[in-house]
Amino acid sequence: MNGSLLFQAFIYLAAAVIAVPIAKRLGLGSVLGYLLAGVVIGPFMLGLVGQEGEDVMHFAEFGVVMMLFVVGLELEPSLLWRLRQPILGLGGLQVLVTSLVFAGLGIVVGLTWQEAVAIGMTLSLSSTAIVLQSLAERGLLKTEGGQSAFAVLLFQDIAVIPMLALFPLLAAGGSAAAEHHDEGHASTTLIASLPPWAQTLAVIGAVAAIIVFGRFLVRPALSAIAQTRLREIFTAAALLLVIGIALLMSAVGLSPALGTFLAGVVLANSEYRHELESDIDPFKGLLLGLFFIAVGASIDFGLLFAQPLLIVGLVVAIIAVKFAILFGLARSFRLSMDQSALVAFSLPQVGEFAFVLFSFARQEGVLTAALTDPLVAAVALSMALTPLLLVINERFVQPRFGTRKAEARPADAIDEENAVLIVGFGSFGATVGRLLKANNIRTTVLDIDSDRVDLLRKLGLKVYYGDASRYDLLASAGAGHAKILVIALDTPEKTMALVHTAKKHFPHLTIYARAFDWNDAQDLVRAGAHHVYRESVDTALRMGAEVMQTMGFRAYQARRATQTFLHHDEQSMHELVAHRDDQAAYLTNARRRIADLEQLLLADLADADLDRDAGWDPDSLREEVRQQAGLSA
Amino acid sequence: MARVLVLFAHPALEKSRVNRRLLKALPKLPGLTFHDLYEHCPSFHLNVAYEQELLTNHDTIIMQHPLYWYSVPPLLKQWMDLVLEHGWAYGLRGEALRGKQVFQIITVGGPASSYMHEGFQKHTLRDFLLPIEQTARLCRMDYLAPYVIYGTHRLNEDDLVREAVAYRRLLEWVHNNQLPFDGSATQSYATMNEAMSTLAPEVLV
Repeated sequence: MNGSLLFQAFIYLAAAVIAVPIAKRLGLGSVLGYLLAGVVIGPFMLGLVGQEGEDVMHFAEFGVVMMLFVVGLELEPSLLWRLRQPILGLGGLQVLVTSLVFAGLGIVVGLTWQEAVAIGMTLSLSSTAIVLQSLAERGLLKTEGGQSAFAVLLFQDIAVIPMLALFPLLAAGGSAAAEHHDEGHASTTLIASLPPWAQTLAVIGAVAAIIVFGRFLVRPALSAIAQTRLREIFTAAALLLVIGIALLMSAVGLSPALGTFLAGVVLANSEYRHELESDIDPFKGLLLGLFFIAVGASIDFGLLFAQPLLIVGLVVAIIAVKFAILFGLARSFRLSMDQSALVAFSLPQVGEFAFVLFSFARQEGVLTAALTDPLVAAVALSMALTPLLLVINERFVQPRFGTRKAEARPADAIDEENAVLIVGFGSFGATVGRLLKANNIRTTVLDIDSDRVDLLRKLGLKVYYGDASRYDLLASAGAGHAKILVIALDTPEKTMALVHTAKKHFPHLTIYARAFDWNDAQDLVRAGAHHVYRESVDTALRMGAEVMQTMGFRAYQARRATQTFLHHDEQSMHELVAHRDDQAAYLTNARRRIADLEQLLLADLADADLDRDAGWDPDSLREEVRQQAGLSA
Repeated sequence: MARVLVLFAHPALEKSRVNRRLLKALPKLPGLTFHDLYEHCPSFHLNVAYEQELLTNHDTIIMQHPLYWYSVPPLLKQWMDLVLEHGWAYGLRGEALRGKQVFQIITVGGPASSYMHEGFQKHTLRDFLLPIEQTARLCRMDYLAPYVIYGTHRLNEDDLVREAVAYRRLLEWVHNNQLPFDGSATQSYATMNEAMSTLAPEVLV
């Protein structure tokens, strides 16, 4: 069993590792890559995976749960409130109209009204997993169309709950739950045996529990865990949180995805948001990938070849009807042509919930296998076609609207990414941050000291907890949109690691780095930091100037002297960099420092003209006047 | 084609109304150098060698600044003190600036009518600018009457647009070596604007 499990893992991972980079390279996006990988290893082509595909899919659906948690983390409640109109209006109308149209079509082709309604409702849903992943990958999630698509998906996720409740009522014979092979889904809940009022109470209680615990218990708990400074425990806590909520939600018959989404929103204001996001992200990505592979593998090509006209017809009809409704609704909600096209091109597939709903409907006796089998095949195909549709939209449709430029515009109102990222908020970083804040420059702060994070948050500053040399954390803190990275970390090693990470993944950032001495200042310059500040220089010069004053120099002269010296010092440093390039790297650090100092002192001696300002120095003028007057000097 | 250096001095450009608009209209021309003193040297610590090199490399020097207490902003005065060195800019051997054209572009809050002997300010603007004029003369430069935008507090949006266009045209003309007069020709005029309207009306918009 173990061996076969490892073998399966090997097959899935290998398929992903081979197919996804190829799909990305061809500009098709990772989702299509996963789907194709699934098709290739599935029963239809290589047959490396077979019947267990469906189990894998149930397992991998947890990726959707995690994805919604992460989506929730990025959505502050205020933003959600601002989206209420598209969620309720656009989302609500989309589900209603699409359900009615499909139900009507069903009745026209001779289904009973119960069957038609069940199928209509199921087909109205779209695939959260595929759409969000595809849009995020293309950077379209923050556009108006992307936000509208997201709003529709959110409403659909909520709408699944009443649908699950409605299906038993549609069952003609009322033959409740004949065969419960679909464990883990809403059909088997702990509270199913309770009377309806108690069930309602349990549902409301669970939602309230998530909000209350998220706000008052999870935050201090995370803070305590962060203080242990064991990253894997924090990761464990993040996973525990998501799995716990998913279990709670399943127990009361709600969608686990919805529950974790809610938890994400509750925690979106927390200082641990970035850390949670980057901990969950890899799991989410892998599970979603697995899910897409499973969808690819589950496409029943046998059925497709047996009834090609029926299946293809179904797919075309589904996509065409949903596309038309989406486009019309988006236009009526005053979206521009290009953004409406984006909404319509992203959402016309049927979602993963269809698999759940169809099997649930079969158990409840609403639909028969003869009806659902071709529909399931059509659903899977429609999902597989989504990335292709998005490619068509991107390559052939959007250019016609001439909107590529508009999309490149930095995302604003919806997502307030700050232009300046300060890493390290000790006394050095805090001084920089306070100066910027006093002048109304918004900054995002990252710090590894959880006590300090707590304190600063109490003072109302926006500070996040985490190790910034991790690529994922930098990304979730908005390094992709920021312009400036201020590094004020306490050690040269950490500073260097961060410069390397930033240079590699975010080359657009202008790096301002705190340095400690000559040595690491030069290393930082070589590593590509744009502006390097030796932390002791300005303070030392100020101290030197005051010593000069005590020794009888006038204040302004002392100040000018420090400025001249600073200029000279910076020039010497650049010369030193060149000088060190000739010098062999075999010198030890200590030897190097002595050699540097020698070089510097020599440069000071050579530049004897350090005090210039001859304009205030009347010597030459006096000499000339005396010469003209015939006086001797 | 003259090499033109715009020596710009404004301690609070972010609060400026007129100069900011003028700078937006600043033409981008080869050989026209815009040198923002307060931006380049906020600590007043001028790099004299660098500033002198800039002067050497240009034929026409334009000092653009608002009028503060009938004079130039302090950094421009500091610049004069330190950059115009004896033995370089003036004195027996001070020949570095000989023959270069120099004039000011000045924004003035009060109206033109107040800068008259019988007006509110009791003196003409050229009276107030005598120190600059004489400095230029001592440095053997050709000092032209200043280009002045008067009454800046009262300028409305249309005026600003008009002034920006005129400013752009002026710089283009100077850059093309098309100013049809020298310092002595403008001597009797209060401003370059006046000299132009008489001597070269086609330059004006």
